[in-house]
Amino acid sequence: MICADFVRAVMKAKIIITPKKAVLDPQGKTVQSALEHMGYSGIGAVHVGKYLEIEVTGDKETVRKQIDEACHKFLSNPVIEDYRLEIE
Amino acid sequence: MNFVVLQFPASNCDQDAVHVLRNVLGHSARLLWHKETSLGSPDAVIVPGGFSYGDYLRTGAIARFSPVMQAVQTFAANGGPVLGICNGFQILCEAGLLPGALIRNRSLQFRCEHVFIKTLTTDSPFTNQIPDGKLLRVPIAHGEGCYFADDETIAKLKANNQILWQYTSAAGEVTDAANPNGSLQNIAGICNDRRNVAGLMPHPERASEPLLGSADGKLIFESLIHSLQSKQMAKAA
Repeated sequence: MICADFVRAVMKAKIIITPKKAVLDPQGKTVQSALEHMGYSGIGAVHVGKYLEIEVTGDKETVRKQIDEACHKFLSNPVIEDYRLEIE
Repeated sequence: MNFVVLQFPASNCDQDAVHVLRNVLGHSARLLWHKETSLGSPDAVIVPGGFSYGDYLRTGAIARFSPVMQAVQTFAANGGPVLGICNGFQILCEAGLLPGALIRNRSLQFRCEHVFIKTLTTDSPFTNQIPDGKLLRVPIAHGEGCYFADDETIAKLKANNQILWQYTSAAGEVTDAANPNGSLQNIAGICNDRRNVAGLMPHPERASEPLLGSADGKLIFESLIHSLQSKQMAKAA
């Protein structure tokens, strides 16, 4: 039996990708107007983005650096999107 | 002329492009699988339409890291002409070979219809044979064709005459109603500042024979062939 203490901790990289403010977000607009039609009050701008969870092992700082680079190069497109990265 | 047409998993306009180049225009064209690391020595490269990698993550985002794209980067850096059609345009933007990005259509709908585009400049390898004032009637078929770039990039595109095609009405007017996807400036296609890489959302390869309802798209391929032939003649002289 493998004791959990000996297994290297698996971290979770959580990435939230949202459209940049200047970019047209027709999905967000449509969701916003649907919420208003449903009768919810006080609804402001809605932005529809993406959420990614990546399981990863290694030294936390190295992992952060690597995933941050991947976010910039591949997981998001800096022309149209912003991202937020958390490692847990 | 020798053309290479790239093939990614879920490319679906690759055969059409080869058909037009070979059977309609009488040139040599071969398909090249995305895992290849060398292009051979083509005169031009076509990045065809389709849904490479299922459009996962973002359109073109995964295809741009295919081994063959490294060879395309080198080919383009050496001045070789590259034309991206539909998904090919999206891939070239993701690869940084063209500025800007293609995002979800403003209507959120997949648009599949014939549109009119006007050519803004004949000063490119992709437009030199298009008669002045001629509108091209060509089909579009995309869900993510809304061209976006920041203000600075749009200003540069305009200043350098890099906007090659704009969506128009049948009368040639650049109107909001004639814009099928919400593209900034009604942009249907652009080229890079060096003018050797271009991309457009409409499908010229699906409109290169009268049997298909329009042969206007052929003018784009004929422009490319004319430019290659002129280059060859200049070299021989």
